[in-house]
Amino acid sequence: MAMLQTEPAAAAAGTGGAIAVSVRNITKNYGDVEALKNLSLDFPRGQLTSLLGPSGCGKTTLLKIIAGLLEPTSGEVEVNGRPVRGPGPDRAFVFQDFALLPWANVLRNVAFGLELRGVARSEREAIAARYIREVGLAGFEKSYPHELSGGMRQRVGLARALAVDAEVLLMDEPFSAVDEQTRRKFQEDLLSLVKNENKTFIFVTHSIEEAVYVSDQIAILLPRPSRVSEIIRPRGLRQKDVANIRRDPEYLDIVDRIWASLKSYVE
Amino acid sequence: MPSRSLLLKLASAVIFFGAWEIAGRIPVSYAFPTFIESMEALGRMALDGTLVRAYAETLRPLAIGVAISALLGIAIGLWIGLTEWFDWLFSPIFVVMQAAPLAALIPLLVMVYGIGLTSKVFVVCIMAMPVIVLNTAGAVRNTPHSLKEMGRAFLGSRRDIILKIIIPSASPIIFSGLRLGISAGFIGAILAELKITPTGVGDIITFSRSIADYASMYSAIFSIIALAVIFLNLLEKLERTLFEGNVRGYASD
Ligand SMILES: Nc1ncnc2c1ncn2[C@@H]1O[C@H](COP(=O)(O)OP(=O)(O)O)[C@@H](O)[C@H]1O
Ligand SMILES: [Mg+2]
Repeated sequence: MAMLQTEPAAAAAGTGGAIAVSVRNITKNYGDVEALKNLSLDFPRGQLTSLLGPSGCGKTTLLKIIAGLLEPTSGEVEVNGRPVRGPGPDRAFVFQDFALLPWANVLRNVAFGLELRGVARSEREAIAARYIREVGLAGFEKSYPHELSGGMRQRVGLARALAVDAEVLLMDEPFSAVDEQTRRKFQEDLLSLVKNENKTFIFVTHSIEEAVYVSDQIAILLPRPSRVSEIIRPRGLRQKDVANIRRDPEYLDIVDRIWASLKSYVE
Repeated sequence: MPSRSLLLKLASAVIFFGAWEIAGRIPVSYAFPTFIESMEALGRMALDGTLVRAYAETLRPLAIGVAISALLGIAIGLWIGLTEWFDWLFSPIFVVMQAAPLAALIPLLVMVYGIGLTSKVFVVCIMAMPVIVLNTAGAVRNTPHSLKEMGRAFLGSRRDIILKIIIPSASPIIFSGLRLGISAGFIGAILAELKITPTGVGDIITFSRSIADYASMYSAIFSIIALAVIFLNLLEKLERTLFEGNVRGYASD
């Protein structure tokens, strides 16, 4: 079980251009609450990095700062070497609570990002229809969100993020509101998405198993004060057949190790 | 199912008018005509042109007042809902306006604007506008935060977020404010004609009461209520065509 690697928080950057998103010395205070303190982290291009940690440790805050939806109190985020000043076309967000328009059908919801970018109707609907098929919702184009299950709603949210074709996909606990079976299917789909789409994924989760199953790199965040305590790269797992990962000794080993370091933070 | 709801509406109408007819026949009071007598009076006034002349008079302040209240009310409500300081500045005015006893304000209005159209339009607006403004502002402020955030994340401009997220999301509450406001506006229009100068439908009510022609009086009251109901139904149709998906329900469960 050798291929496991642990590195200090501010891991040295890889070769030039290999880092898609770089977070430098981010601090974020909400009034007196110190949500993030001097946090630095690099996200390799084309890979999936999980932000894993107990709830309240600042995962959502970090993701929204990367998205440009929140201003850090201090520090910088760079996407492809350019500092982030706000939301940009290079990043797309998948929301924990889906954030679908209840008055719009699936087609319009998926096309909404393109609509806001001023893409002509016929063009954006053609693109949206393609991604609706890709996430497995063909036939539901005219359905409204309230007619869909939680899992289907999140597929709409995912299709909307894919449709704008951003290089970086930010996902905030996207599968936390769906049932276990759907969740497993999602995780498999996510793996093939990472393989087939040439995108950088930043994936927030509080599930250790989920993080180990889908990630190229796992950043473990700990609260009080919030910081990256460890970075784990389950490299060996990515070569293996998805059907066998959960039985793999390396998988089990990493899950155990992460649990050992998180255990002391769970009341 | 529309046909079922129509049947229910018809059934409740039949029950209501039946009760009216019975109450008129007992009679509950010497001054309370039966339904059939009232409808006869209504038919008579419709045929001899009294009703048309009366409504030409009454509809003017009503239409102007309701139009001003709806347009200005929604605009002010949006503004209050979207800006902190505007809320702080203007919200109290409409809260006071909504709570103020209108009858006490009418002498003031007459003193300032005379007994003409202006005063009557004001009465309609005072009745109709506050609930439209306050509902609109409240609905705008309660737009789900994550929807606005989604709009920003997908690069929506401020204008996009207002037009494509905030207004559609607020529209059910805005429309319910419109319905309440417009019914209050109808009351205001009649109140103005009873309290300022007896014109139009208010004149029919005042005059027929003074000569004890109660059938005409009740038929005038009935006609204005019927008009209000028809108008509110039209408004509901408009809401359905404008915001189809909203009526289909929310995905908040
Ligand atoms: N808008 C806010 N105002 C004040 N405190 C906040 C706000 N958002 C988050 N926090 C606090 O910041 C900390 C981190 O929150 P969050 O980023 O949502 O954590 P996570 O997503 O890991 O559960 C928590 O203690 C939370 O209470
Ligand atoms: Mg969170």
